[in-house]
Amino acid sequence: MDILSSLMGGFATALTPMNLLYALIGVILGTAVGVLPGIGPAMTVALLLPVTYVLEPTSAFIMFAGIYYGGMYGGSTTSILLNTPGESSSVVTAIEGNKMAKAGRAAQALATAAIGSFVAGTIGTTLLVVVTPIVVEFAVSLGSPSYFAIMMLALLAVTAVLGASRLRGFASLGLGLAIGLVGIDSVTGQRRLTFGQPLLADGLDIVVVAVAIFAVGEALWVAAHLRRTPLQIIPVGRPWMGKQDWKRSWKPWLRGTAFGFPFGALPAGGAEIPTFLSYVTEKRLSKHPEEFGKGAIEGVAGPEAANNAAAAGTLTPMLALGLPTNATAAVMLAAFTQFGIQPGPFLFANEGPLVWALIASLFIGNTLLLLVNLPLAPVWAKLLRLPRPYLYAGILFFATLGAYSVNLQAFDLMILLVLGGLGFLMRRYGLPVLPLILGLILGPRVEGQLRKTLQLSAGDVSGLWSEPIAVIVYVIIALILVWPLLAKVLRRVRPRTAAPAYAGAPAASDSVAARDSASARGTSTTAGGLSGAGTAADQEPPGTGSRHAADTTPANHGQEKS
Amino acid sequence: MSIIVGYVPTAEGTAALDRAISEAHKSQSRLVIINSSRGDAIVDKRYAQAQDISEVTERLEKEGIDHLVLQPVRGNDAANEVLEAAEKYRAELIVIGLRKRTPVGKLIMGSTAQQILLEATCPVLAVKAGA
Repeated sequence: MDILSSLMGGFATALTPMNLLYALIGVILGTAVGVLPGIGPAMTVALLLPVTYVLEPTSAFIMFAGIYYGGMYGGSTTSILLNTPGESSSVVTAIEGNKMAKAGRAAQALATAAIGSFVAGTIGTTLLVVVTPIVVEFAVSLGSPSYFAIMMLALLAVTAVLGASRLRGFASLGLGLAIGLVGIDSVTGQRRLTFGQPLLADGLDIVVVAVAIFAVGEALWVAAHLRRTPLQIIPVGRPWMGKQDWKRSWKPWLRGTAFGFPFGALPAGGAEIPTFLSYVTEKRLSKHPEEFGKGAIEGVAGPEAANNAAAAGTLTPMLALGLPTNATAAVMLAAFTQFGIQPGPFLFANEGPLVWALIASLFIGNTLLLLVNLPLAPVWAKLLRLPRPYLYAGILFFATLGAYSVNLQAFDLMILLVLGGLGFLMRRYGLPVLPLILGLILGPRVEGQLRKTLQLSAGDVSGLWSEPIAVIVYVIIALILVWPLLAKVLRRVRPRTAAPAYAGAPAASDSVAARDSASARGTSTTAGGLSGAGTAADQEPPGTGSRHAADTTPANHGQEKS
Repeated sequence: MSIIVGYVPTAEGTAALDRAISEAHKSQSRLVIINSSRGDAIVDKRYAQAQDISEVTERLEKEGIDHLVLQPVRGNDAANEVLEAAEKYRAELIVIGLRKRTPVGKLIMGSTAQQILLEATCPVLAVKAGA
């Protein structure tokens, strides 16, 4: 009852004409950046941070929430009409969605994506309302050691589980943590990484760093790859769905939501994994499996629902624990700090009206998005004809203006350029941006909790595992870190039974045993690729040259056969 | 010697192509088709896609015309691409399609056709759609 009345209070705040206007601006901007590949909600929120200083925090967050949800909607339009995902979470949508569009069913694909997003977003937000207060209740009882452990888990999980390369992930995390260290140590007052530069003593402004990495880095990266063969967009009318489409869509929507929300709420969930899982599930459960790969509506409905539910799920740890799990949530968390609001378990208690208005605005934004997207999908598609030099020139202009306006000092522009160059190099060498931003935003808070823990235990390291929750979390962390090693060992054990066949068989022979073991190895490699630990398969155990030769030859045979 | 045609997959572009084909028949010269894009937008509807191009080449092969299809994406304006090709392939004639524009629209937007007309060193034939 308490939740309900708080939520109603939130609606009362969010439904004032001004806030409604900000919600509308948010969803329109969000859809636009979602449609355009390369520009995402994280960059948009970062660019808007300086602008929103003049706003009420509530209005600002209502707008950010609109951008966040809008980005998820917009990505599907590009995926379906252009076969280029506008957002990483709509990659799966492109598989079936674009096939549908090519078969002349673009209107239905867009409709099921938009309505599915609405259904999933609404259910996801409802779950958020129900789950978050429970998590908060639990989180308030946590002490510093547990909190430190959970934040470590979030950092490591995002770095190690998401993305293709752990090494690159950790490199990026290290960069973020280092940038977060710049400034005066809050406990001892020592200067860290300031290089004798007094302007660095206050630390680097998160807004400047976020704008540099997201906006300047991306703009430079696109500028380096400006010329590309134009793609053809599939013309489409107003989205609509027939009775049959509804019948085939509603179950995937619900299943997609069920995948999306929990994954979004997990520290390493993100929106990509549940969309993929949803796609695979729909493919298996479909009554029309022959249509998959040729434009099955289930393959659009499920993943699109999953990514919106994941977006709602992501807000659970962010609001309840102050733990962001994706880039947009991280930048929104930075916004909390900029407004002088302390994120964490006490957010609901201290800033109740704001948080509930934010949640209410999610419901409103979701509805607005449906109204904005269904009739206007063809208009959004026109955005893709915008010449990108103009677009990125505008982004750079706003980035510079924003970075300068934070502190009104030219020094920030230098930092913007340097870190923008870093953002460019990270894209050039395939370093993910998310660990950096998380490291930057969570790093100082992780350090704070660590310091607090050690002070409470009088410097005794065992204070770190003095709470049962902390111990459990450390076990999970250990499992995440050890998993690739474990997978490697398991994989090595399996082919070992067949290994004598390699050694015994002459290099050129293709005995049946060798071929069998090779195909077994082949399947284990694919499985490894899916679980994200594929590197283990590439690193062969050290063996003799002849064994390697024997290894590759039958493997090729196996591939030709299959 | 060759005939250059600036092609876009629209009514004007098709009209220009039609005329260029009949000119090529008359003079028995090579037909060079230019369809370019600056390549700075993700979607450019004036850039012909593979299917469209294959239809055009099929037609040219059926009519037995020596042809060359170029689709440069180098960040240059269409006018520059056409003029450059005209020089490179020693054009005897450039065929372009004209859009209907009001004088004010012309004043503001300038035009590809205008630049080609002013800068080309060979005769330019401008064709309108549906004429």
